Amino acid sequence: MLELVHFQVLSAALFSIGIFGVLARRSAVLVLISIEIMLNAVNVNLVGIAAFSDRAADVRVFGQILVVFIITIAAAEIGLALAIVLRVFRNRGSANVDDLNVMKW
Amino acid sequence: MTAQLVVFYLLAAVTVLSSLGVVLTRNVVHAAFMLLLALLAVAGIFLMAVAEFLALAQILIYGGAVTVVVLFAIMLTRSDDQPRADHSQRPLALLTAVGVFALLVIAFVASDVASLESATGVGTDTESGFEALGLGLFTDWAIPFEVASLVLLVALIGAILLARSAEDGE
Repeated sequence: MLELVHFQVLSAALFSIGIFGVLARRSAVLVLISIEIMLNAVNVNLVGIAAFSDRAADVRVFGQILVVFIITIAAAEIGLALAIVLRVFRNRGSANVDDLNVMKW
Repeated sequence: MTAQLVVFYLLAAVTVLSSLGVVLTRNVVHAAFMLLLALLAVAGIFLMAVAEFLALAQILIYGGAVTVVVLFAIMLTRSDDQPRADHSQRPLALLTAVGVFALLVIAFVASDVASLESATGVGTDTESGFEALGLGLFTDWAIPFEVASLVLLVALIGAILLARSAEDGE
């Protein structure tokens, strides 16, 4: 029997994989991809809770509506962030996050 | 019931393995394609939780748009001297990730899942959520919905402005 905890553990696994990617990768594009994985982990969690909640259908659907907004913001975020990465690459000839240390004291 | 569980485990395995591939592979392009695989498997997980609209949106937005944008960015930021893909702080990153995973699993198991078990449940609730989702989105959540569309518009205009080269500006 499928239970909420299955969704939650999958979500936790995806989220920690995303954290590992953000911390361990040097390429800014790969860091952004890892952030997408983390956002998807949150979505899996929300959809799971929406499916298993014992509220009325119109309250339950709030979880799915939240996921719609997260997907929208994630799309805006990746578009804008990749444009910034492109700009940084053009100006500095590198898209590695640890080369961007001009503001580091 | 068991078939449902088998399909869920299969999709979860594909999701986790391809996500691991994304963060572990040396090749950046392989990472982008494995991201596509992981996101499509997440769409399958959404279907398991009777969220059909979200599964469709996931395939359209992530499978279509995001992967293509990421591949374009990889193509445009390619340098010939490809250095090591990973940081020196990798062991620390691994420790943090495992710690967060343990913390989250403990929190989820300790949290009151039992009170939710009486719920309708995925297996019994076969009615489509399309109607409730559409009604909610365009009545109670209409203003946030419009604001989200405005955010998307502004972000895309900003992206065009940023990505445009300085020579063809003004």
